[in-house]
Amino acid sequence: MNKIESKNLDFYYGAQHALKNINLAIKENTVTALIGPSGCGKSTFLRLFNRMNDLIANTKLTGEILIDNKNIYAKGVNVDALRKQTGMVFQKPNPFPKSIFENVAYGLKVNGIKDRKEIEERVETSIKQVALWDEVKDKLKKSAFELSGGQQQRLCIARALAIQPSVILMDEPTSALDPISTSKVEELIYELKSKYTIVIVTHNMQQAARVSDKTAFFYLGELVEYNTTKEIFTNPKVERTQNYITGRFG
Amino acid sequence: MSMIEHEIQVLKSEIVDMWKLVSEQMRDSMITLLKMDKQLASETVATEKQVNAMELKIDRSCESIFALHNPVANDLRLVLALLRINYNLEKIGDIAASIAKFVKKTQGYDYTPLIESTQVLQMFEEARDLLDDVRLAFEKEDVQLAINIFKRDKSLNELNKTARSVIINEIKKDPEHVEELLKMLSVIRKLERAGDQSKSIAEEIIFFIEAKIVKHGHKKNS
Repeated sequence: MNKIESKNLDFYYGAQHALKNINLAIKENTVTALIGPSGCGKSTFLRLFNRMNDLIANTKLTGEILIDNKNIYAKGVNVDALRKQTGMVFQKPNPFPKSIFENVAYGLKVNGIKDRKEIEERVETSIKQVALWDEVKDKLKKSAFELSGGQQQRLCIARALAIQPSVILMDEPTSALDPISTSKVEELIYELKSKYTIVIVTHNMQQAARVSDKTAFFYLGELVEYNTTKEIFTNPKVERTQNYITGRFG
Repeated sequence: MSMIEHEIQVLKSEIVDMWKLVSEQMRDSMITLLKMDKQLASETVATEKQVNAMELKIDRSCESIFALHNPVANDLRLVLALLRINYNLEKIGDIAASIAKFVKKTQGYDYTPLIESTQVLQMFEEARDLLDDVRLAFEKEDVQLAINIFKRDKSLNELNKTARSVIINEIKKDPEHVEELLKMLSVIRKLERAGDQSKSIAEEIIFFIEAKIVKHGHKKNS
């Protein structure tokens, strides 16, 4: 079943035609990597799934984005509910200036959960899901800023998981991390995909090859090729894709 | 030119050098058999060390490319193909050296009539031509040239069958020299295997150019 689908999707920043006729379907419980040179539209495309681009003035979208077969740009769509369903993780870890516990609990409280026990359970579950519990269980009241970069990023992922999304969007989630932290986050992505549908933008070709089931190559706003990651990296069908992944350009 | 492109160019150049060396080795081995020249046979055997050293160097170059450059797509297929072609060439080098060793050790028995009746020199020519022509297919990245190798290997196999029949008949006629006759049979078998190695190389060329696996009778994409 397709979890996410874009149909005849065009997107504009003012007069700039940033995405051109994108047709792409993402199956449930898979990891999809979006690759391409800077400015190709991959982050723009990612932000369409939680309507983050709504926050930018003078943009226009034509076509459809479906999540669970429902067009998320239809009139009357509850954007807050959509954003609960689609957790997002950014390039630079951005924990709140709060304690480790409160970082993860915040989303639950904002969504109306008041029961203390439930909050504690869900915070623990989320932090365990990102394999951070053993490292922080004895210092949950400490500031999140006391954690290392890799730990902060995993905390941000836990924060996203706490509100029980079905989709996780990741925009270059490890580009600011050291190799060991990167490896831990990649392992986490692998473990999470059994429960979530994950879309990840990455500049790191090897990362895309390691973590994703399918890879979409974007160039100048077009979806050039979309296939299983194995096919993209062993036998791409389009010469531009081959030139990009072999480092001949981009 | 990117770093990986440079590394791949160097690797291709190394493999072509090895290819030419093995071709010379096959030529020298053929001359040793034609003339029963033990001196040349010694020199041909000595070339084996050079071929082996080149094989090891190419193996290490491939390993470096994998480790440092993470080749993908056509680059990956090329390095994989070169790794296997390297092995095939070293095997052909072994065959050339082994035939030269046979000449070195011959004593007393006159192989001249048998060399003629088995057409072993014709087999040698064909095995050498296959090696040179498959190199051309590699250098030109020409799939059709590679495909042509398969048919010609079949002709070599036919020559092998004919030569085997000749030797079997000779053994029946001259059982006292069965050991010498079996040694010639071994030479013929080796030349047939040299043809098989060239055919394997042709399969690798098709793989790296078209991502098609044709070995073991498969005709599909990788």
